[in-house]
Amino acid sequence: MSSKSLDYENLNENVKKCQYAVRGELYLRASELQKEGKKIIFTNVGNPHALGQKPLTFPRQVVALCQAPFLLDDPNVGLVFPADAIARAKHYLSMTSGGLGAYSDSRGLPGIRKEVAEFIERRDGYPSDPELIFLTGGASIGVMQILNTIIRGAHDGILVPVPQYPLYSATISLLGGSFVPYYLEETANWGLDIGNLRQSVTQARSQGITISVLNVALAYLVYLCICDKVRAMVIINPGNPTGQCLSEANLKKDTITPYIEILFNAHPFMLLQWRRYTRFSISLSPNVSGQIFMGLMVSPPKPGDISYERYVRESKGILESLRRRARIMTDGFNSCRNVVCNFTEGAMYSFPQIRLPPKAIEAAKSAGKVADVFYCLKLLEATGISTVPGSGFGQKEGVFHLRTTILPAEEDMPAIMASFNKFNDEFMEQYETRGLFKDVKRNGETSTCCLHKLASPEKQLASPPSLIPTFM
Amino acid sequence: MRKFAAERSRYLLAHTNDFSSVLQHPTASLYSSSSRSLKSQLLLRFLNTTAAPNPSSSDSMASDYSSAPVKLDSINPKVLECEYAVRGEIVTLAQKLQEELKKNPGSHPFDEILYCNIGNPQSLGQQPITFFREVLALCDHPAILDKAETQGLFSADSIERAFQILDQIPGRATGAYSHSQGIKGLRDTIAAGIEARDGFPADPNDIFLTDGASPAVHMMMQLLIRSKNDGILCPIPQYPLYSASIALHGGTLVPYYLDEATGWGLEISDLKNQLETAKSRGISVRALVVINPGNPTGQVLAENNQQQIVDFCKKEGLVLLADEVYQENIYVPDKQFHSFKKVARSMGYGEKDISLVSFQSVSKGYYGECGKRGGYMEVTGFSPEIREQIYKVASVNLCSNISGQILASLVMNPPKVGDESYESYSAEKDAILSSLARRAKKLEEAFNGLEGVTCNRAEGAMYLFPRIELPKKAIEAAKAVNTAPDAFYARLLLNATGIVVVPGSGFGQVPGTWHFRCTILPQEDRIPAIISRLTEFHKGFMDEFRG
Repeated sequence: MSSKSLDYENLNENVKKCQYAVRGELYLRASELQKEGKKIIFTNVGNPHALGQKPLTFPRQVVALCQAPFLLDDPNVGLVFPADAIARAKHYLSMTSGGLGAYSDSRGLPGIRKEVAEFIERRDGYPSDPELIFLTGGASIGVMQILNTIIRGAHDGILVPVPQYPLYSATISLLGGSFVPYYLEETANWGLDIGNLRQSVTQARSQGITISVLNVALAYLVYLCICDKVRAMVIINPGNPTGQCLSEANLKKDTITPYIEILFNAHPFMLLQWRRYTRFSISLSPNVSGQIFMGLMVSPPKPGDISYERYVRESKGILESLRRRARIMTDGFNSCRNVVCNFTEGAMYSFPQIRLPPKAIEAAKSAGKVADVFYCLKLLEATGISTVPGSGFGQKEGVFHLRTTILPAEEDMPAIMASFNKFNDEFMEQYETRGLFKDVKRNGETSTCCLHKLASPEKQLASPPSLIPTFM
Repeated sequence: MRKFAAERSRYLLAHTNDFSSVLQHPTASLYSSSSRSLKSQLLLRFLNTTAAPNPSSSDSMASDYSSAPVKLDSINPKVLECEYAVRGEIVTLAQKLQEELKKNPGSHPFDEILYCNIGNPQSLGQQPITFFREVLALCDHPAILDKAETQGLFSADSIERAFQILDQIPGRATGAYSHSQGIKGLRDTIAAGIEARDGFPADPNDIFLTDGASPAVHMMMQLLIRSKNDGILCPIPQYPLYSASIALHGGTLVPYYLDEATGWGLEISDLKNQLETAKSRGISVRALVVINPGNPTGQVLAENNQQQIVDFCKKEGLVLLADEVYQENIYVPDKQFHSFKKVARSMGYGEKDISLVSFQSVSKGYYGECGKRGGYMEVTGFSPEIREQIYKVASVNLCSNISGQILASLVMNPPKVGDESYESYSAEKDAILSSLARRAKKLEEAFNGLEGVTCNRAEGAMYLFPRIELPKKAIEAAKAVNTAPDAFYARLLLNATGIVVVPGSGFGQVPGTWHFRCTILPQEDRIPAIISRLTEFHKGFMDEFRG
């Protein structure tokens, strides 16, 4: 092959720089081990169905009918599908011109955007305009589109919380922009500290970086504090990986949901340019099945509908189980040596802090690994639990975490937490200062706990804050 | 604040629909409104549709936006630069006219808008392949596979295929993120399909399933383009995804002209010239895009032509980006589809000799499943380091939609002889393809029958790209309203007949020549009406502007 062909040397630098730990080193190693026959528990990504969560019945019935509209003409269709699913399929099909196989408007079917706008209005108590809704093939595409519009070059900064879901850092890298971190406060339940934020903005500006404001409603408050021109700010609420729900005192509560609502302060010409851009950008139109799922999400079965009771039972069941698993996991981590874990108020993850002993950090260095990567790889090899090291999300210097999900089946949780605990004990045994350890061992289990508690009194966390209903 | 601003936005959007005219400065030349000539009627219509909105009422509000953090002059200029004519100005106007017809039937000299601008078959009445949709429905709702009644609703082989596919998905969870390249079992199926098609092996690890072919194209452009100094050779005329993607990624499009006189043939000497010219300007040319069968041009490359292209890429160290999405759309007996991989392998070239990417999609062919978003790229001849990087970029988005992945595997492995659904599947497929061939022929003949119009035959794909010799008078009239002559023609055509085509300038053409792209997709029974309306309009147009 000619040396001029595409090789690592002449690859786009931005691609080289881009990192996405969620499917990075740990995941690849886990996949290798799986191929070798090891049982792996994938808790690296928020992928509920892969861990046994069942899909909701009603949406699947509706979409199946939309896939095969000829079924609607079959006299036997009622034997397999309930009447309200049949009606809803007809409702969505009538919104299309050609069913699921035709490109829709590049912003998505107007009928569904209207349903989404109505949902937002019901949820927030403020009007929402369907013209300002853009349906996308997953939220990630929407994020990429917005960032692509804002980032002109390295001088454009985007404020991103740390820890963050690495879609943001990866995309900013790919687009050649600047990642401007603002640290969430772990000791304050991962709260947003305006002081931290202001500091980040000032620092960035001093480096000649202009910062963008994405979510203007929230930024309006921030704007008053900062009194600076800002470009964009990412807020993940409920947080990923941190799971906190920003309190109303912290910031006006808002939720980023998987469609883009372009807020009113975007100049209309900019909006129109953006419409033009989305006409072809990554795909001509978002996939129509996905759009229908969105419609079903924002207008689920109502009381009185045939499918209502089942729908409520299924969704409630899932949410309540998630709530219980969040508890099991947080408590489980908090009972482990050298592990501190904030409660998972929302989202799908647990982000425990692992207090790695200096010897472990050294061992990691010798192995050429970042300390938390080292820990997570050992955890994987020992237990099959595939997590994502905290360094993949960002964290304060010298503080280590890992992210896992709360998604494994409830009945598997105790075993998983026990397995983790065992590994962690062994790891800490191996790398903690010998002296302290020997005493503990001679005195047995209880002494270990006691000593461990003495060593880290701050582990006695206050009981988790009152559960804010966050799942639906 | 939100309520106020939402109302404000709604107002502005409603009144700035024709944003292109706001951004330009149309200098309307005045024609006497008392004249009853067709010309002035046509022109008045034209001018009315380019009337700029009244900005005065927004003056007081304009200042509110001056402090907006992201404004037109501060958004990514690459976003501003990229154009996509397939859904551009003409389409916006068409939608406006459609609204007007709805509110006020009879307000225009036509009953309906006929969208001949976009390759979107199912929006114009083409039916999906039954077997494919049966399998997809079952995979979307696997819970019904256990019910006895399901067998009364679905064919036996579609149920069997659904089981087969679901067994390849851990936990039968079609709602879970898959491997970032797509479900392994489906890639195995696709690789086998490629091998059956070409007679050369394909590796499932070379396959990246994507939401249509477009995201795959974008991925490659992202990898290849480092700066404005990186060039990509593209055919002119081309499907504007390429020009748009290159602009978006900050690269340079290096054009090579297809030869209209020889049925849109590709001359290697021209490729060489363009490459040398680009190099002399300091452009590092990284890849060559070939669309085969062609869009908008519809030609199917001759095999020896393909061999020359492969040799050229190998010699010059270019990545060959082969857009092969129309591989199932061939309408002439004297041409056949050969994948570039097959051609390269037949020449004895392997992994070490040429870097080749083949793009395929579920949107075209006889299946036409545009809204499902399915497709893949087969990536061969790259080092493991590059493959890792491609994987990494693919992983940021986690995976493409599962339904689209399943559909791609069905397209590459449809029912075979002996399967229960084979006969009905075959009948559906043949009906669609033979109808497309007939429509292509009919429309080609019709265009060739128009004064000053020549049209190459559509050997493949879904389009015709006739060339119009626009009279001087028409060109001048177009200039006078600050519009490209082919856009001028297309707009008048739309206003008179409701037929929507895309001006040739959206695809690129030899300067001084004018074309438009028209799809062959309206249902067969509408074609005579389209032809007669178009013919009548064209006659009127030429009468007015022949001069």
